[in-house]
Amino acid sequence: MNVRSQVSMVFHLDKCIGCHTCSIACKNVWTDRKGTEYMWWNNVETKPGTGYPTKWEDQEKYKGGWRTNGNGQLEIRSTGRARVVPNIFHNPHMPSLDDYYEPWTYDYQNLFNAPEGSDQPTAMPISRITGEELDIQSGPNWDDDLGGSPIYAANDPNLAGLTEQQRQQLGSVERLVFFYLPRICNHCLNPCCVASCPSGALYKRGEDGIVLIDQQRCRAWRSCVAACPYKKTYFNWFTGKSEKCILCFPRLETGQAPACFHSCVGRIRYLGVLLYDADRLEEVARLPDDRLVEGQRSLILDPFDPAVIAAAEKNGVPESVIDAAQRSPVYQFVMKWKIALPPHIEYRTLPMLFYVPPMSPVLANRENDTIHHATDNLFHEIDNARVPMKFLANLLGGGHEGVVRYALAKQMAVRWHRRAETVGDVDREAVERLLRAADCTADEADAIFKLTALCTFEDRFVIPPMCREQAIEMMKDPHEHRQEAGFGFVGGPRRGL
Amino acid sequence: MDKNFLDQFLFVALPYVCLFTFFLMTVYRYRMQSFSYSSLSSQFLENKHHFWAVVPFHYGILVITAGHLIAFLIPRQILLWNSHPLRLYVLEIAALAFGLLTLIGLVGVIVRRFSNSKIRCVTTPTDWLLFGMLMLQTAGGIAVALFHPWGSSWFATNLAPYLWSIFKLNPDIMFVAAMPALVRFHIVFAFLTIGFFPFTRLVHVLVIPNPYLWRKPQVVRWYGRRPSVERNQR
Repeated sequence: MNVRSQVSMVFHLDKCIGCHTCSIACKNVWTDRKGTEYMWWNNVETKPGTGYPTKWEDQEKYKGGWRTNGNGQLEIRSTGRARVVPNIFHNPHMPSLDDYYEPWTYDYQNLFNAPEGSDQPTAMPISRITGEELDIQSGPNWDDDLGGSPIYAANDPNLAGLTEQQRQQLGSVERLVFFYLPRICNHCLNPCCVASCPSGALYKRGEDGIVLIDQQRCRAWRSCVAACPYKKTYFNWFTGKSEKCILCFPRLETGQAPACFHSCVGRIRYLGVLLYDADRLEEVARLPDDRLVEGQRSLILDPFDPAVIAAAEKNGVPESVIDAAQRSPVYQFVMKWKIALPPHIEYRTLPMLFYVPPMSPVLANRENDTIHHATDNLFHEIDNARVPMKFLANLLGGGHEGVVRYALAKQMAVRWHRRAETVGDVDREAVERLLRAADCTADEADAIFKLTALCTFEDRFVIPPMCREQAIEMMKDPHEHRQEAGFGFVGGPRRGL
Repeated sequence: MDKNFLDQFLFVALPYVCLFTFFLMTVYRYRMQSFSYSSLSSQFLENKHHFWAVVPFHYGILVITAGHLIAFLIPRQILLWNSHPLRLYVLEIAALAFGLLTLIGLVGVIVRRFSNSKIRCVTTPTDWLLFGMLMLQTAGGIAVALFHPWGSSWFATNLAPYLWSIFKLNPDIMFVAAMPALVRFHIVFAFLTIGFFPFTRLVHVLVIPNPYLWRKPQVVRWYGRRPSVERNQR
């Protein structure tokens, strides 16, 4: 057992209101520089929709992620060792700016400087790359709230396997439905971007599992951009370096939540440590699609198990990190309650960001201007929800409905349990039956309710002390560097000639 | 000007200045401005014509450069290979073909960079100067191949000893001084290109990713990891 710790995340989709505050927080902190204008390390997509970059989930187009070959071995779909020489000059699976969007601003000066005329001056959109006038064709959230759904929502790759009737229902008036999918880098356990980098510039931090790009070693071979199936590594066209979400590690190291987490209005985000067994990574990543979700769970270790604690200590995991793992909200959602699921686990990168699947609108019927909720056959509602189970399964279950149905049934049971507790208009025995069928107890339902609805800042973000002060001290003596320019870049990162 | 003095300048002084600049500045830039070592790929901004320009150029110039290097390192074996006319023809035609491939690719690169406004934004004056130099050098090399054929043989007998004499710090310009103007131009421009090399995007050829072929797929970096733990790990 090779115990490592990983800072992991849960996004509770049932709570996401799609306000994009996370995206703006991230943008203002990290990607407002030249060359990064088009990057959204954090973005929020409407589902069904094609997302950003357009149709990123269509791996027939982008060739992202891993696949198993005939011998059951893992290989990178885009560029592996054998193809590194031909592909280094021209990467055949590299997305281009057209797949994202051309960033723009407006020519505001024209409002002040325009010569006198018979019309009001306008601020024309201009490209932030060339500065020329731009005919805007699309943007990073062009399909927000199902905008332009016939061309966006209708082409969502997750609609595969849905019947024609289901597809039509998704778009028909009074039955249509959508939910939001906020996305950041998943900081995967088996990151494809890292494995594809010819320079070895990408790496996973041993202590906390954050995946980073060494800007000094990146040589713009672009393999990571093609390899990441979530399209969360981006190419900075100005500096000639790839960049990605850094999980705000400077904030984490000082005990603060990442900017997107901190600013989340709907409080949908949870962050905590998971302990996992690094020895079994490859074995799990090779499992057949329908066993991947369980396989990934089997990697995650019980932080209360004395054997795990002993192995973790032997491996150099600090006691404070083990303590944080025991209080981790992510462990509750993913392992204890099993209601948070990894996105597109079939890409085999073992993402460490988990989503609680969203509940569709509760079905109801209307009589004499009063709304009646169905009280019998409560389970009925999950399979008749507006979002087809198959759609959620394609997104969060690797195409298999079982794990998604389990998560939804448990959430539904929690709702009815709380209804019985607080309003009391539901048959208590029916609720008990519902809880049992959902593999849940009243106590567990209360705990889920509490961490979902009444969670404080400290409940949501259990940030382990990262012990960076000790790590730095071992490498460099601060006294030697007194009155110097500091560690790291000297003179600032400048684009090559 | 005295021809002998000019030859001394072009084939002794200039090569040393250029080689010195090359070695000093590539190391200096790598140590002080490692960030600037990048291929500065523009594929992201324009992906349609990229393939047809960049791929022929790279295969062409890499093979041609490797060919010059091999002829410099093992001139005797090259002469031995060329002792059969058929093998000489094969070598000469292959070299010319890759030279033309380089030229076609280079023209493609220049046209692509000039015609696309987005790519013009990431093309610096240094790049234009470099493209000009490479253009002259490639066209010059092809002209040498056409007007002074069997270069693989006379390079081995006449120019390889000159280059070796430069590296042995005992320059002997007897053979070079007798070369036709076109060849002399090609040599002088080669040294100028080498001297200009560390100030351009060409440096990315020095950081080609060799460890990728044998390293483990996943890279994990530890900070402040105790050696005892390290030993248990690996």
